[in-house]
Amino acid sequence: MDILDILISASFWAATIRIACPLIFATLGELICERAGVLNLGIEGIMTAGAMSGWLWVYNGGDLIGAVLFAAAVGAMLGLLHASFTVSLGLSQHVTGIGITLLASSLSYFIIKMLLPESTSPPKIVPFQNIDVPILSSLPFLGEALFSHTPLTYTAFLVVPIIMYVLYRTPWGLAMRIAGENPVALEAQGIDVIRVRTLAVMLGSALMAIGGASLTISAFDAFYFGMINGRGWICVALVIFASWRPGKALLGALLFAGLDAFQVRMQQQAGAYIPYQFFLMLPYVLSIVAMIIVARRAEYPKALLKPYRRGERL
Amino acid sequence: MRLELRESVPWWLSLAAPIMAIALSLLLASLLIIWAGESIIDAFRMMAIGAFGSTFALTETLSRAIPLTLTGLAAAIAFRARFYNIGAEGQLYCGALAATLVGTGLMDLNAFWMIPLLFVAGALAGGCALLLPWYLKTRLSVDEVVTTLLLNFVILLLVSYALEGPLRDPMSMGWPQAAPIIDAGVLPALVPRTRLHAGLYVALAAAIVLWLLLRFSVFGFSVKALGLNSNAARHAGIPATRTLFWVAMLSGALAGAAGVSEVAGLKGYLTLDLSPGFGYTGIAVAMLANLHPLGVVLSATFLAGISVGADSMGRALGVPSYIADIMVASAVLSVLIGLMLSRYRVRR
Repeated sequence: MDILDILISASFWAATIRIACPLIFATLGELICERAGVLNLGIEGIMTAGAMSGWLWVYNGGDLIGAVLFAAAVGAMLGLLHASFTVSLGLSQHVTGIGITLLASSLSYFIIKMLLPESTSPPKIVPFQNIDVPILSSLPFLGEALFSHTPLTYTAFLVVPIIMYVLYRTPWGLAMRIAGENPVALEAQGIDVIRVRTLAVMLGSALMAIGGASLTISAFDAFYFGMINGRGWICVALVIFASWRPGKALLGALLFAGLDAFQVRMQQQAGAYIPYQFFLMLPYVLSIVAMIIVARRAEYPKALLKPYRRGERL
Repeated sequence: MRLELRESVPWWLSLAAPIMAIALSLLLASLLIIWAGESIIDAFRMMAIGAFGSTFALTETLSRAIPLTLTGLAAAIAFRARFYNIGAEGQLYCGALAATLVGTGLMDLNAFWMIPLLFVAGALAGGCALLLPWYLKTRLSVDEVVTTLLLNFVILLLVSYALEGPLRDPMSMGWPQAAPIIDAGVLPALVPRTRLHAGLYVALAAAIVLWLLLRFSVFGFSVKALGLNSNAARHAGIPATRTLFWVAMLSGALAGAAGVSEVAGLKGYLTLDLSPGFGYTGIAVAMLANLHPLGVVLSATFLAGISVGADSMGRALGVPSYIADIMVASAVLSVLIGLMLSRYRVRR
């Protein structure tokens, strides 16, 4: 009965959409990197850097759209760093990713501490406000659940078809997919594999950073230490769960966001019987379960994790 | 311009990678110190004094090096076999949890039995934390990186539950902390009135044993073969699944031992802030040592010095102590480049 109450409340569905927003951006970002053959474990740090830089832009008097672009630029720069290690030099994608996560998050914390030495949680800013879609938002239930969100949340849902179009319907997307499946074939077409992979990692990292920024300038209104809290790793699991397809990635992100929103509400109802830590564990445990479920038929991009050096056999 | 694999790496070149990494991370740190408006010389002098300048500083650095050596060894053996265990942080807490379960009054033994028992329990718990990732990797080829990373969060929440529920010390005034380890289980101090404890011997012994194991045993050979080319190793008849099992067990056990030594040696009781990311820094320790067990001792001491020194500099000057993490991270990245330059030569 309690569960049903949660599921039929519009606020639950609204929360699901809201929580899904950073997951959608970051999962798509990771998906693009992996589709081009590069596992980007810098995701956790890049999201932290995006969250910090988006917040910083607004805190310094910038506008919200500028903040999104600034976060994306920071993300793309970190992506370029990742790509110059893993793509140009062909170094270990695992170690580089972990290194970039450590570097990007500690640099973000350092910068916050430098600018605001006294405060433990940086001051609040004015984030994106909810925009009611005309007419649709006055629908009962659906209006509150789907049509009263921030512009960045709507954008997240718009980005999915755009990425799908780019990936499956443009020569550029085709080049990216071949870079992750059979880079030698791409080279044979006269296309520079290194450049395609580098651009893919930069684009993907920019999306991850926007995902991080959406936490500080859309979902919340301040930057907290440790606020990414494993969301990046969950997105890496979501990409596997989605079998590297953008549509399924959206579905996966929504599923997990729904679970998260559900877990928070169950905590309030069942918190007396079950300790809250077990609810907080759910997203991580289910990420692992999701990977196990799809493991048998997972179709990894064939060249994932394999560095490409011109003239060398794979 | 292209890269060509060197047939053999001269010894001085294999030292070049860590030295270059240290130089680059000092350079990045200098830029940040300039930005913070402090003098580079002052800042680095404060760091050096804070880390190695007095008996107290030295014992602080060495006590910080104990867990870093153990988690560094955990990463080194796992990475050698290309089993990317990023879950040392969680395994450390598993070890600490096991030590707390066994060592807070479950049984009353003398120190001669109690201390080894704590380490065995912690090592077992740490190893068991890697069972699932090992199984999923070898049977279902689920990437171990993601599973070990996600398990860190699960384990930390489990510890948080234990500390607020069944394991909370009734005398803790409501703080989420466990009861103290009984006296027989506490690792003796090595220098009076400092925090340096006998865990140092455990860490050193672990490094030497691991080095002997990897250098002279069949198991060590299998690990090396798996790391170099797992397909070739399999064709040569090396039992990959079994070897990876022992790699996982050893790696988890070492990280678990780090947790035991922190609980029974440094803190005395389990809290949620037992480890400021020792598991993750262990990866940097191992990379900086080029995955060599004896090198791990050196790089752990060096990185421990950086973090202890940065803490003390951060208190004195206006440079946030996060600079230590930045130096660790930039060392990881630059050592990768250094290693590549030492393995390949650049040809025009």
